[in-house]
Amino acid sequence: MSDKILMKGNEALAEAAIRAGCRCFFGYPITPQTQLPEYMAKKMPKIGGTFLQSESEIAAINMVLGASAAGVRAMTSSSSPGISLKAEGISYLAGSDLPAVIVNIQRGGPGLGGIQPSQADYWQATRGLAHGDFRVLSLAPAGIQEAVDLMGTAFDLADKYRMPVMILGDGIIGQMMEPVRLPDPVTELPEKPWAAKGTRGARKHNILNSLYIQPEELERVVRERYERYAEVEKNEVRVETWLAEDADIIVTAYGSTARICRNAIRAARADGIKVGMVRPITLWPFPSAAYAEAAAHAKGFLDVEMSMGQMIDDVRLAIGCSRPVRFFGRTGGVVPTPAEIRAEIDALCKEVL
Amino acid sequence: MSVVFKKPDALCDVTMHYCPGCTHGIVHRLVAEVIDELGICGKTVGVAPVGCAVFAYNYFECDMIEAAHGRAPAVATGVKRANPANVVFTYQGDGDLAAIGTAETVHAATRGENITVIFINNTIYGMTSGQMAPTSLPGQVTTTSPYGRDPKLAGYPIRVCEMLATLSGTAYCERVSVDCVKNVIQAKKAIKKAFENQIAGKGFSLVEVLSTCPSNWGLTPIEALERLRRDMIPYYPLGVYCDRDAFAEVEAK
Ligand SMILES: Cc1ncc(C[n+]2csc(CCOP(=O)(O)OP(=O)(O)O)c2C)c(N)n1
Ligand code: SF4
Ligand SMILES: [Mg+2]
Repeated sequence: MSDKILMKGNEALAEAAIRAGCRCFFGYPITPQTQLPEYMAKKMPKIGGTFLQSESEIAAINMVLGASAAGVRAMTSSSSPGISLKAEGISYLAGSDLPAVIVNIQRGGPGLGGIQPSQADYWQATRGLAHGDFRVLSLAPAGIQEAVDLMGTAFDLADKYRMPVMILGDGIIGQMMEPVRLPDPVTELPEKPWAAKGTRGARKHNILNSLYIQPEELERVVRERYERYAEVEKNEVRVETWLAEDADIIVTAYGSTARICRNAIRAARADGIKVGMVRPITLWPFPSAAYAEAAAHAKGFLDVEMSMGQMIDDVRLAIGCSRPVRFFGRTGGVVPTPAEIRAEIDALCKEVL
Repeated sequence: MSVVFKKPDALCDVTMHYCPGCTHGIVHRLVAEVIDELGICGKTVGVAPVGCAVFAYNYFECDMIEAAHGRAPAVATGVKRANPANVVFTYQGDGDLAAIGTAETVHAATRGENITVIFINNTIYGMTSGQMAPTSLPGQVTTTSPYGRDPKLAGYPIRVCEMLATLSGTAYCERVSVDCVKNVIQAKKAIKKAFENQIAGKGFSLVEVLSTCPSNWGLTPIEALERLRRDMIPYYPLGVYCDRDAFAEVEAK
């Protein structure tokens, strides 16, 4: 563990990835994540790794696929429009059971949208990423230290379950500076007997493939993959609950929005309102149990997002619509303020208390 | 008794799915013979395309990866950068390499990516049953150019070797044909050179193989070879378009 140093989110993510054993980075510039590839461009050549600026995000994700198939820890990063281009490759990664880490520092959309922070890619990250039956494990840090810690987790989980893992940040996480402690570099990486790095004449050839022309065969492979996803759902849910035990009102948000909510919750508590928070850290698997628990005593939920309301679907599903779920969102790159959220808490209190 | 003919070791002992008379099988054999002769099967990684050769991953004894349509050069780049000691090749059709994967092809070439590309130009989309390819000849009838390819509507065919030869990262590109014994022998020489270049670290090497698709051309295998000679070779002249060490100049400095 390093001493505390001040780092920008994008750069801290890059350094954490290198410390997690990432040796191949492929990417294409896009605001607001560009400092991540720039950091990689500086650092990778010095440590015998690869930084390559690809011709497009499509090429970048397929280079990641190649490097991952070759058994190396590989990643790419981008922002919303670029993630849409990576969708095809992510589906192929999932279909070929290949690990990879993909960072999305979200900006406003749709289309070219804007360049300010957003959380409008939640649906994309948790369900509609690309064609086919598959899942991506999504991690949503709410600060730079957590982003650094989750980067190691992301690579470990990607290898363990042989699946793509996404770090879903936003422009605030990417651009903000905070003091962080960096983990020590990993010294041991998992064996990958399935990798395509040459048979050396010592084994049958390895094939990394997503094509199964017989329907029954494809169904079997997809079902096996879903058994692995069930393990992920059982073992890898990460969530923070805060002041939730006695709460009448639960504010829920992920990523940097959760940080803003904290201020509003403190202010409401100071005024004697029993408010708490549920903050998903894994967006898939979604921490449904934490919501169900909170719903046992809470009278209402306030879901806050930098979008028109996407995670709210999962919140409602988690509590089986047993409590009112109020929504407050700003979108297009507009960041909600603590005062706005505080006002929403008051409005919800009027509704349910 | 001496063996005069046998299956190359680098080819798997399985039945291939290619149509009778299709030249994909010949090119597979040439690639496998070269891998055997260079003794590199144990360190070779192949990347299969989306196209009729999609099942190539079942046909070569080396480690294999199946890429998305057109993305084989990007996948090969990832493999080669991760483990430069591996010999990495892609095997791609014209739709894969010169339509949907044009960007990946051109940029792998201009980066001088140290990989070997086997490019099967059969002027048609074989796998999807005969649509127009970027290499379909003017006037060629396909299911999506039913009145013949009209350059005014559908543009002109891409001459891949000529185009890539203009890029400094391209070490070697040669167009060959597999329509007769003489040309098959030359094709093998070219493929061997494309692998040797990679081992020598010279940069991007590509061999374009003029091939047939009797099934979708609606011709017998013999007629298909005749069409290749009569119509394709004049439009796509055989020969070496570029042969150099892509990095000799920078290394000299
Ligand atoms: C993204 C995507 N678009 C389209 C297809 C359908 N498709 C499969 S193979 C192919 C064309 C293959 O033609 P070519 O590359 O010339 O190879 P050939 O079959 O002629 O050897 C197409 C369009 C696909 N699989 N994926
Ligand atoms: S469709 Fe054409 S290219 Fe494909 S296997 Fe048959 S003859 Fe060969
Ligand atoms: Mg073709």
